[in-house]
Amino acid sequence: MIRDITIGQYFPAESWIHKLDPRVKIMSTLIFIIALFVANRYIGYLFTFIFMATVIYLSKVPVKYMLKGIKAILVIIILTVALNIFMTPGEKVLWSYKSINITAEGLYIAGIMALRLIFLIIGSSVLTLTTSPIQLTDGLEKLLNPFKKIGIPAHEIAMMMTIALRFIPILLEETDKIMKAQMARGADFESGGIIKRAKSLIPLLVPLFISAFRRADELAMAMEARCYRGGENRTRMKQLKIKKQDYVAMVSIGLFMGIMIVSRFI
Amino acid sequence: MKEIVKSRGLIYEYYTHNERGEIEATNRALDRLDLDIKQGEFVVILGHNGSGKSTLAKHMNAILHPTGGTLLIKGMDTKDEENLWDIRQTAGMVFQNPDNQIIAAIVEEDVAFGPENLGVEPGEIRKRVDEAVAAVQMTEYMTHSPNLLSGGQKQRIAIAGVLAMKPECIILDEPTAMLDPLGRKEVLETVYKLNKEENITIIHITHYMEEAINADRVIVMDHGQIVMDGKPKEVFSQVDKLKSLGLDVPPATELAYYMQKEGIDISTEIISIEEMVDKIWQLYLTE
Repeated sequence: MIRDITIGQYFPAESWIHKLDPRVKIMSTLIFIIALFVANRYIGYLFTFIFMATVIYLSKVPVKYMLKGIKAILVIIILTVALNIFMTPGEKVLWSYKSINITAEGLYIAGIMALRLIFLIIGSSVLTLTTSPIQLTDGLEKLLNPFKKIGIPAHEIAMMMTIALRFIPILLEETDKIMKAQMARGADFESGGIIKRAKSLIPLLVPLFISAFRRADELAMAMEARCYRGGENRTRMKQLKIKKQDYVAMVSIGLFMGIMIVSRFI
Repeated sequence: MKEIVKSRGLIYEYYTHNERGEIEATNRALDRLDLDIKQGEFVVILGHNGSGKSTLAKHMNAILHPTGGTLLIKGMDTKDEENLWDIRQTAGMVFQNPDNQIIAAIVEEDVAFGPENLGVEPGEIRKRVDEAVAAVQMTEYMTHSPNLLSGGQKQRIAIAGVLAMKPECIILDEPTAMLDPLGRKEVLETVYKLNKEENITIIHITHYMEEAINADRVIVMDHGQIVMDGKPKEVFSQVDKLKSLGLDVPPATELAYYMQKEGIDISTEIISIEEMVDKIWQLYLTE
């Protein structure tokens, strides 16, 4: 139950995409997103569709998982589409009512915006579905490493993510325990309006915070006892290695970017 | 044999402040403590809450620094900042709450945390992690999440985490206090095994008397001082003194104590149930 909770939405499977180096996957996702905004014609999104379909097929993740993310931002997509349809000025007015005009250009742009958003969500879902949170953290730390010089605390960010990942299930379990303890003494978390319900959360949050601070104190001591002194001179057991398939992936995403640029001119 | 822990006149004081931040009271947690622990010994430190045993443990790992006196770990002074990391590597520490000392979300990653901090080569870390996890018999859980393990298993992972740093001494600060009887047994067996097979000095702090019966040496603390020190049999046979300190004795010893009071010819040097069974048979057969 609450113990088995998975963080993020990692879908464990043995696929070509799963085995890619997390750094390559993070960078590829970034390039993919940029490419989405480079393309400005439908032909580009046809290529995107083919590319995405291949990637999803290779990842062995069921399509319905990929589409889950879209449901969450459906409102945003509808809003964007509506705004673009009604607000875009243009030559070819198809329908007008008072000051609201629907133009051909508006429809065109609204379609492109919707496609961009949908592919954006699917693209980033591929990353989070095929990469475990731990791999993501490792990849992020390595990618941010060169930016240490300009003051980005790469190691610290990664360490915070690691600790958060470790403690989210523990704190959830604790919340559950405190809730049950308070319900046993007559607390009511379920009835009443929003304000009443929010108020009833206060006696839940206070002990939770106190306990979290105590845990933080003990964990810090345990980390010090194991010689933790920040990221300097620290080695890692698992080294990330770029393999042959990572080069294949890099070339593919490069080609995809190229196609998207070309698609602007066809 | 060389001493791994050596303290002379060790004092630790902490202060209680009032609302205006002035010092209201001074509490002495450790009071002129002299202690020598030899390499390879299995020492159990007993004492009720507030006797100073946890404070002593935190000194051995240089988490706390003495107010007065000296504490040497393998000849290194804990007051010296330069020795800090060497001391922590030599004397590893396992804490009470198993959840609050596991850092990573995967068992092997957590065990690797210590050696990673020490800057050990990746290949060597892998080797050490495999060995440490095998030593606590957790190999099959190598890639599991610690959240799915039992308390005893988590505590064994914590021990493996210390072990991977190749310490000469492991200090366990009430590692069994939050565990069920089965978990306590697992942890104790692991610790005894490490002491015998790897010759690691073990300083085990507990308030369970029966965890002390197989130790080389038992130290009883009260009010920041050592009040009893000796072999388990020597310490536990002084039932009256232990009771006056608010401590229990192992059940077998207690039984022997009451039998002795009833006029039965039995020594209170009996600490384990097996010994008690033997003695009762002897008494039965000689009658």
